[in-house]
Amino acid sequence: MNLDDYRGVWIFIEQNDGKIEGVSLELLGAGRKLADKLQVPLSGFLLGSEIKQLANQVISYGADQVYIIDHPVLKNYRTESYMKGVMLLAEKYKPEIILYGATPNGKDLASAVATDLNTGLTADTTMLDVDVENRLLEASRPAFGGNIMATILCKKHRPQMATVRPKVMKALEPDNVRLGNVIEEKISLQEEDMRTKVLQIVNDVTKKVNLADAHVIVCGGKGMGDFQNFQLIHELAETIGASVGGTRDVVEAGWLPHEQQVGQTGETVTPKIYFAIGISGAIQHVVGMKNSEFIIAINKDPNAPIFDVATYGIVGDAMEILPKLIEQFKQLRTEKGGEISYA
Amino acid sequence: MHIVVCVKQVPDTKIIKINPKTNTLDRRSAPAILNPYDAHAVQEAVKIKEKTGGTISVLSMGPPQATAVIKKSIEIGADRGYLISDRAFAGADTLATSYALSKALERISKDLPVDMVICGKHAIDGDTGQVGPGIARRMDIPPVTNVIEVTEVNQKEKTVLIKRKLTSGYELIQSELPCLLTVEKEINDIDYSPMPNMIKAARYEPTIWAVSDLENVERTQLGLKGSPTIVGKMFSPPRPEGGKRLEGSADEQVSQLMEVLMEKKDLLTIQSSK
Repeated sequence: MNLDDYRGVWIFIEQNDGKIEGVSLELLGAGRKLADKLQVPLSGFLLGSEIKQLANQVISYGADQVYIIDHPVLKNYRTESYMKGVMLLAEKYKPEIILYGATPNGKDLASAVATDLNTGLTADTTMLDVDVENRLLEASRPAFGGNIMATILCKKHRPQMATVRPKVMKALEPDNVRLGNVIEEKISLQEEDMRTKVLQIVNDVTKKVNLADAHVIVCGGKGMGDFQNFQLIHELAETIGASVGGTRDVVEAGWLPHEQQVGQTGETVTPKIYFAIGISGAIQHVVGMKNSEFIIAINKDPNAPIFDVATYGIVGDAMEILPKLIEQFKQLRTEKGGEISYA
Repeated sequence: MHIVVCVKQVPDTKIIKINPKTNTLDRRSAPAILNPYDAHAVQEAVKIKEKTGGTISVLSMGPPQATAVIKKSIEIGADRGYLISDRAFAGADTLATSYALSKALERISKDLPVDMVICGKHAIDGDTGQVGPGIARRMDIPPVTNVIEVTEVNQKEKTVLIKRKLTSGYELIQSELPCLLTVEKEINDIDYSPMPNMIKAARYEPTIWAVSDLENVERTQLGLKGSPTIVGKMFSPPRPEGGKRLEGSADEQVSQLMEVLMEKKDLLTIQSSK
């Protein structure tokens, strides 16, 4: 493999039902920086059925080029059909870097493509950079266990690939007069050759907690002690109309369902206000909430790393402080006779 | 119906201790357990077998002590266990791991053709979720990831109906058999192991294969040599400055916090409902 044959930074543009996923736009923002450093074009690639009209949006968010494969068989995501499309593009145009959103489909696709291209893939990246001299992608993610990050490199194989957590990178402001090339590729696919069929897609509109969209989140950690004490988290959330989140420990202890987990293996959240209560602040949790606007931490341990990311910190016993805080909010509501609302 | 479940022995992240000096984990401090997602994978195989009959094999890669997770899988209800264990496998990333496991699957299917492979969504020590789809590609069977329900297995038509979790909601997929599934925890609850399983597990000796027991293996694709990714460096996450600490008694701290919050009208307001 001649590594110099590979040039360019590529972003998988994930679309569902003709709508581009937010993480793909975020990756165009992150990819733009990498492409500029490496002095190569930034390309988005888009697969689907009747999706050509999305090309302009991809360009407006920072791409120089958009590769499109439009085919009826690509209407819904399927590993087998989508990976054929990506293989075709990657083998023909030889990008040096390909980034995917770490969504169910993005992770599925990237894993399959990496196997067939026999190349390296870093999962759930939260920091991206390039070593310009060696043209190496530096994909960093929280390492297992410790409060520490690991930078993963892929030195001898191309393309270098990574999946990137949603809501970690920042999208650029769209520039609607920005110009770029649109390149359409043909693919031959037959529905009869497909071994899987998507029979139905059910959007869960009744999803009780959508943490990713919540304005205020009250999140508890194992510092709450037990399930009984954890009810104070629910009580505060109910009083101020917030959503409830928990750390991995809390979910594994069965105090909350997995949907309410915040962090590397749960949701990434960016609320206006984030209460971190009884949470030490391991990097696995912090990557999922550090972009919140206003962070309030309550913890017994004055050296807990959560205080480093908190806007305001209270060193103290949550069991003592929470009831007082709940009381204050309740009183305020009674005095003003109204509801708490959020801008 | 022959189902193979791929399982991994992992350190229990709930108990693992962190060395405060190096910020890395002290692996010796953690008990080794069956990866929780894989336990659900074995349980799902048991549920399928209850309807279709057949055989459940479990496959793992790791040091000799990883036989413990195979015994655990037998307790849940697996029939047979295979461990591939060899120094040549050490240091494998996800690409080299899926290669080694697919070679073992090749050997297993020679004895009894494989109809379905089930893996956990990811292992809790790496959190990548990349090995399952990798195995599927190497076996050239369709992968279906993030499975929350196996709705129906049709042995006559050789198809399976599956619910796959999406970012919001799910999709109903029909796949041909054989196929590979990776499962979420919510797919089932793990039953208490019946006594006969416990007894069987205690006595069970899994088949252990070294590289030389597998066929057509390219040694350059194994272990560290076969891994395109390497850890470049480890570093402490950048420490932001941190914000203000509220001082005083609990009452004082709470009232200071309320003051701050009430000032932030752009964040939160208490509106009169009148």
